[in-house]
Amino acid sequence: MANMNMIQALNSAMDVMIERDPKVLVFGEDAGYFGGVFRVTDGLQKKHGMTRCFDTPISEGGIVAAGIGMAVYGLRPVLEIQFVDYIFPAYDQLVSEAAKIRWRSAGGYTVPITVRTPYGGGIFGGQTHSQSPESLFTHIAGLKTVIPSTPYDAKGLLISAIEMNDPVIFLEPKRLYNGPFNGHHDQPVVPWSKHPASDVPEGYYTIPLGKAATVREGDAVTVLCYGTMVHVAVTAAEESGIDAEVIDLRTLVPLDLEAIVASVKKTGRCLVVHEAPETSGYGAELATLVQKHCFYHLEAPVERVCGYDTPYPHAFEWDYFIGPDRVAAGMRLTLER
Amino acid sequence: MQNLSKPRLHIPVPAARPGDTPDFSRLEIPEAGSVRRPDTASDPAEMRDLAYDLIRVLDFDHRAVGPWDPRLDPETLRRALRLMVLDRAFEERMHQAQRQGKTSFFMRGLGEEAIGIAHAMALSDEDMCFTSYRQQGLLIARGCPLIDMMNQVYNNAADKLHGLQVPLHYSFPEFGYFAMSGNLATQVPQAVGWAMAAAYSGDDRIAATFLGDGATAEGDFYTGLLFASVYRAPVIISVSNNQWAISCFAGIAGGERTTFAARGVGVGLPSLRVDGNDFLAVYAAVQWAAERARSNHGATLIEFVTYRAHGHSTSDDPTRYRPADEFAAWPLGDPLQRLKGHLVALDEWSEERHQAYEQEAKDEVRALQREAEAIGTLHTGTKPSARAMFDHVFEESDWRHRRQRQEMGI
Repeated sequence: MANMNMIQALNSAMDVMIERDPKVLVFGEDAGYFGGVFRVTDGLQKKHGMTRCFDTPISEGGIVAAGIGMAVYGLRPVLEIQFVDYIFPAYDQLVSEAAKIRWRSAGGYTVPITVRTPYGGGIFGGQTHSQSPESLFTHIAGLKTVIPSTPYDAKGLLISAIEMNDPVIFLEPKRLYNGPFNGHHDQPVVPWSKHPASDVPEGYYTIPLGKAATVREGDAVTVLCYGTMVHVAVTAAEESGIDAEVIDLRTLVPLDLEAIVASVKKTGRCLVVHEAPETSGYGAELATLVQKHCFYHLEAPVERVCGYDTPYPHAFEWDYFIGPDRVAAGMRLTLER
Repeated sequence: MQNLSKPRLHIPVPAARPGDTPDFSRLEIPEAGSVRRPDTASDPAEMRDLAYDLIRVLDFDHRAVGPWDPRLDPETLRRALRLMVLDRAFEERMHQAQRQGKTSFFMRGLGEEAIGIAHAMALSDEDMCFTSYRQQGLLIARGCPLIDMMNQVYNNAADKLHGLQVPLHYSFPEFGYFAMSGNLATQVPQAVGWAMAAAYSGDDRIAATFLGDGATAEGDFYTGLLFASVYRAPVIISVSNNQWAISCFAGIAGGERTTFAARGVGVGLPSLRVDGNDFLAVYAAVQWAAERARSNHGATLIEFVTYRAHGHSTSDDPTRYRPADEFAAWPLGDPLQRLKGHLVALDEWSEERHQAYEQEAKDEVRALQREAEAIGTLHTGTKPSARAMFDHVFEESDWRHRRQRQEMGI
């Protein structure tokens, strides 16, 4: 065991996999010599050689397309897109190609790529460094979508994603890279080292895709969330005194429907929280599944606390970013019905 | 089959990394004045050589030589120098302000000031500019009030973008300065489209667009070149090859085997390669391309060879990926010092006048900075209303925005 923040845990996952499997290689903008703008690939080139971790041209479409070609050859590339806000030039390659190659070849060709990319707000990144476009990937049949919330999960999930024979979009909550941010931007920064999930095995281990984690047990209301919002939701429960059950979905596709249904049947109430704008967000999918599978157990309509339907503003970071107070208010809405 | 070596994956490596001696021996520098200047109506097929050469006017003895010398009068040259000094002073202060926590982010164009300013001076003020982030001097040269730029950097109550955008991602319609994106190279085909619209409308205004060597890797750059060529759009596409894209040397963008100007040759565009630290050469190249565009001969691609003297932004430390003394070793020097040297050699400027103007520029910037900070900075003073983020999504807000605004209590 070692104490790791999320950057180190992700780095360790790639380090382990490069070591273990000669088919694994890592590339992206500034990912080679420099080790990535968030240092997630730091040291991999030096340790494993130029061709195992290298820099690419600033061409997200090229990165993903080259990754697909390598995967078709039989390699297992891990691609870094510097910010998910920059992924859209690659959207055609992801949606029309990576997601559909298995299907259109009836299993004759597969695309085992992992696309790692930081997402989410909380860093004064404005419109091009703060977005949460997970639903643009979950909507595409053929793509898996993973979002960790702790160093321990990040490493285990990333190794599973790399070993997966299908394309995986691996969204990294950048505000959680250095600590379990709970939404209180005016309080001192808390490092990962004080959090139990920063104890991370140095070697190989996996966390299966499609398994949610109950991070706080409770009876009053089920909160479904992922990424940065997990820590905000737990804090909201503790500060408001509402006995919420907080479920960290960890993977959106495949989704752990069983865990969701079991929890909502127990609490009878459900709140969905995500940073992404509300309209057509993944929360709409969750709310529909909950009302279908838990209809007779629900005491109140499923509520959503989501990002506003605007681009991500710069000066209004803390007006836009969802803090514990907004989550607690959402919990109360489900309780007051 | 004998002695055939197998393919090996090639990863480009720069000549020098931290701890190494800077090495620019790969950069071939022809004599100033040695490159021919074709007529602006020439067929692109007859000037392909210019994509592989380097147009220079100022030689290393501060003389302006050769056919590209734009023969600017001393007052115009002094204006250019003053703008470069002012631009540098402005960017220096805003950079410091970021370091003091007064804003979240900043980027400097240190060492590249000639490019934006020469464009502003060689183009008409009515021409439309789709910039990247190292042409703040263009805005200054067009007369944009520095205080308006500062208010945007601080996102204070007087910010004309109401706090919506990241620092220096300006939008100034009144100065023909398009809303900067942050995503790379997206503006290139947009500028081409604007130019197509001008041609469609019988307008004599042209468009200019800017990007870095790194951003040329984006598909949008190639798309822009193609559309510009196909529709003979009146546009100038300017690539600042400043050697570094964050930590990646220009070889990662494909600069190892050919020039960035050469990208235009494949689609039939006239393509020039120019010393970007030579104000006179930059001015002359833009003037040439503008004349060509305005007389219905279409677009030009220009590569400006320069050096990014500062980090990419306030978010990176360049000493982690390149030699700390690389700018000092850059063979094309500092554009400001070169223009100053030229004016001094002409006896139209002096060290004393320079120092006096530098002080004047610093004082002006400081005074305006105090004025801007009295209104507010990112974390202090008066701020724009968060309502702005709802007000500018659509022409008219729909029920969702009204409900979400109410929820926020604004």
